[in-house]
Amino acid sequence: MKTFKIGGVHPQANKLSAGQRIQQVALPTQAVILLDQHLGAPATPIVAIGDSVKVGQLIAAPTGFMSANVHSSVSGTVTKIDTVTDAWGRHSPAITIDVEADHWLESIDRTPEINRICRLSKEEIIKKIQNAGIVGLGGACFPTHIKLMPPPGKIAEVLIVNAVECEPYLTCDHQLMMEHGEEIFIGISILMKALAVQKTLIGIENNKKDVIDYFQRLANRHFGIEVVPLKMCYPQGGEKQLIDALIGRQVPSGALPIEVGAVVQNVATTFAVYEAVQKNKPLIERVMTVTGKEVKNPGNFLIRFGTPLMAAVEMAGGIPENTGKIIGGGPMMGRAYMNTDVPASKRTSGLLFMPEQDSLREEPQNCIRCGKCISACPMGLEPYLLTNLSERGLYNDLEKNGIMDCIECGCCLFSCPSHRPLLDYVRQGKATVGGIIRARNAKK
Amino acid sequence: MNQLIVSPAPHVHNSDSVAKNMYSVVIALVPAYLAALYFFGLGALLVSLTAVVSCVLFEYLIQRFLLKTKPSVWDGSAILTGLLLAFNLPSNLPIWMVILGALVAIGIGKMSFGGLGNNIFNPALVGRVFLLISFPTQMTTWPRPLGNWGLASYIDAETAATPLAMMKGGLAEMPSHIDLLLGNTGGSMGEICAAALLLGGIFLLCRKVITWHIPVSILLTVALFTAILHFANPTVYASPLTHLLTGGLMLGAIFMATDYVTSPMTFWGQIIYGVGIGILTVVIRTWGAYPEGMSFAILIMNAVTPLLNTYIKPKRFGEKRKKEN
Amino acid sequence: MNIIVLSLIVLGIIGCSAAVILFLVARKFNVQEDPRIDLVEQALPGANCGGCGFSGCRNFAEACVKADVLDNLRCPVGGTPTMSEVGNILGLTTEISEPMIAVVRCSGSCEKRPHVNTYNGAKNCAIANSLYSGETGCSFGCLGFGDCVTVCQFDAIHINMETGLPEVDDDKCTACGACVKACPKSIIELRKKGPKNRRIFVGCVNKDKGGIARKACTVACIGCGKCVKECSFDAITIENNLAYIDFTKCRLCRKCVAVCPTGAIHETNFPPRKEDVQVSVPEAETVKIEDLSK
Repeated sequence: MKTFKIGGVHPQANKLSAGQRIQQVALPTQAVILLDQHLGAPATPIVAIGDSVKVGQLIAAPTGFMSANVHSSVSGTVTKIDTVTDAWGRHSPAITIDVEADHWLESIDRTPEINRICRLSKEEIIKKIQNAGIVGLGGACFPTHIKLMPPPGKIAEVLIVNAVECEPYLTCDHQLMMEHGEEIFIGISILMKALAVQKTLIGIENNKKDVIDYFQRLANRHFGIEVVPLKMCYPQGGEKQLIDALIGRQVPSGALPIEVGAVVQNVATTFAVYEAVQKNKPLIERVMTVTGKEVKNPGNFLIRFGTPLMAAVEMAGGIPENTGKIIGGGPMMGRAYMNTDVPASKRTSGLLFMPEQDSLREEPQNCIRCGKCISACPMGLEPYLLTNLSERGLYNDLEKNGIMDCIECGCCLFSCPSHRPLLDYVRQGKATVGGIIRARNAKK
Repeated sequence: MNQLIVSPAPHVHNSDSVAKNMYSVVIALVPAYLAALYFFGLGALLVSLTAVVSCVLFEYLIQRFLLKTKPSVWDGSAILTGLLLAFNLPSNLPIWMVILGALVAIGIGKMSFGGLGNNIFNPALVGRVFLLISFPTQMTTWPRPLGNWGLASYIDAETAATPLAMMKGGLAEMPSHIDLLLGNTGGSMGEICAAALLLGGIFLLCRKVITWHIPVSILLTVALFTAILHFANPTVYASPLTHLLTGGLMLGAIFMATDYVTSPMTFWGQIIYGVGIGILTVVIRTWGAYPEGMSFAILIMNAVTPLLNTYIKPKRFGEKRKKEN
Repeated sequence: MNIIVLSLIVLGIIGCSAAVILFLVARKFNVQEDPRIDLVEQALPGANCGGCGFSGCRNFAEACVKADVLDNLRCPVGGTPTMSEVGNILGLTTEISEPMIAVVRCSGSCEKRPHVNTYNGAKNCAIANSLYSGETGCSFGCLGFGDCVTVCQFDAIHINMETGLPEVDDDKCTACGACVKACPKSIIELRKKGPKNRRIFVGCVNKDKGGIARKACTVACIGCGKCVKECSFDAITIENNLAYIDFTKCRLCRKCVAVCPTGAIHETNFPPRKEDVQVSVPEAETVKIEDLSK
């Protein structure tokens, strides 16, 4: 069975909510829709206070190239356009809407029938995806339409669908695939058309046997789509690792996947593409996992953006008594929250409650130069060295030692027997070196 | 609910720790230790206990009173240093020499560099080589195995030559390979029983405490090098198998050279390190003044380790080979 | 006898030839350098702190020798005395500038600004700051992990364990600005050292609205504007709910300190005030009286 070639670790999967059917979270009385739900700059509001909006209506337009559309996920009246405190205590621009009923735009097809036929041209598909505000739902929130427009001179040869879900605990993609397999395959066909590729590989880790079986049956009916079971190994869901695992090509340092002819899309994104292109439905909701060892009913929830996360948590049985840490996303790459009074957004793939006894890190000790971080690093870097250099602020050496290749997967810290805060320093060094490189390029 | 804890990702750990690794090595040394007790009796017990206790004590005292840091003796590294030092000593060495060796090992070999993780040389070997150079007679007089089990084994044991010393004197009366494998031969208390050491090595490999690179590259290099010599002149040079089973080679290759702190970290770094130790060992054994060269070979390659760490880099993801460019 | 003579001869030959080689090599590789660079370098403090913007004192000395005017070159450590000495060596005039000092503009000690969560990552301000806003409710205040302490070359800034805040040692601080650059929250500012180390500054950088700021920290600046009204020298401005005292305009009258409702404005090294004197005497004279009193 295939996997990527360098490094990797095996955290306990802990997929507590696997097989739990997706439940719809009830509409809130007030929705707070963040404008910063994608990689680029926050979107610019195009509604005013007092405007009444419908579900699916565009309420904020992109600011710049990497930005994306934001749509209203509820119907009601705009009451505030201001900043709110996000999960990390920072001010984040948001539009607050008081919810009244549930009126959708007429253009959106809300029937449950599966619409299999797409006669749109390549350009029309991309336009529709861009208008629907679709971003990569794997975590980075990279606007999808940009990935569908390869730079001149580069040709996409293969579409890779990331259905790996290698993060422990998370099951939202798994459940989405079990319940909406057909739609996902139509979404993939649409993306193949948009990219003009003849071949698609769906990478699935073999702990999801049911999905592999189901998808292999579906793949028989679709031309050019192949399901590839992968050996479990974290961080297989990393873009570069997945390409390596599936087609054996390594994306060079600093380059995008298109360099080796591949375009990677998350499986949840393909479902969003189906809904946008075939049903005219913009990205206004997503499936998220609420889980944790002490959570009463871990599960998967379909949540409209802007709904307080606590609504989903209540459905899963509330915050457990001895919670020490609340993590947005999985335990390997998710960010710990200091504040849970926040709305769902395109970024929210899950909410993980860690019991207090598992939350604290061990006291760091001296580096014993065991080299375990080196053998764990999926990018072939030397995390111990990068940490040292970053601590001492030697940014030139950091750049030479490839710090910009770091994908921040956390394998180094996960496997360090001395419990050193390796990734903390590496991430800091990467941010600083990134700033230096951008400043240098701007000068040129 | 208490205050939330906020920390950067990742939020889980594979629960590996320094202490776990150290104690795994200690456990892996148990078979060889039992063999030492069987062959050398009370003397082995006395020397090993002294070495371990004094290493732990010196580490504690130095951390507590000289460096004024929180003592970390229970991470197992001092125990391991003591045990490895004892394994490299004859079982009838005077107690005060053992204590002196422990002081040099911990004080000079380890703490003077700043403690665990900062030392350049393997502390146990620093102690051993210090004793070997200071007290050559005592350090090269080994009790006969299975001679006495009681106190006599320590006070006035009959002495025996090591196979390597015999090798220097010609290949006339070498012990059989079976004796060498089981340890029925003269030598330092921990190095004689190759079979027990191999057992410990397999345990360490299974627990993923060590990787195969260093031990295998050392053993292969020694085997290859001595095979060439042996086939060139079998009357002067012993067979590869004899070389592999004698002296501190097994102990060194599996337990001393693989010390995390003093060995390189990358794949090719470890291979070069292993090959270097192998070549140096055979060169010293064959042409050097001392019959055994493992300690010196490891110490010399320890000194090369920082260079290997600096210049031998792991293969980066997406790195193109020269040919393709 | 022979041996002694022989060894003397051999050693003599070795010595002479070594001397000749050394002489030739020294001639061959001699680098002509402006001797003034050495002189200037000797006049500098030799701290190699980089506060001047050059990497080390020697580079700064070279820059001084090359420069026609010393206006843009300044050694923050040595200050005006050093620069005038450098000016004397080079025959250039130096502008007289006032000594500066680093000032920590956060007073949210552990009790005044209670923790609302626990940080468990690497103890480093930059890392904590890139993760989130901090352990307290105030997203602008000091994180307390001591990046400023790490970068200080002069041992002049330390974290007070009781308050959890850094404190600057007036005597040791050279105003090199390393801590200013290191602080991810931009809390530390270089301000005029002031006569007899007397300074008045707003010890807060919280730009939140008054209510929010006050909820997070009892000594936060709430942007009420009382100090602005009280100040007779237009030294205080309020921007984004935060008062700022311009140290070039401040005359150290201390009136703003008295009216601040939260105690966010700090005074340092002043003698204990007499209530009646404070209120009755006009500002200009206050300064004068205080100057005389010391």
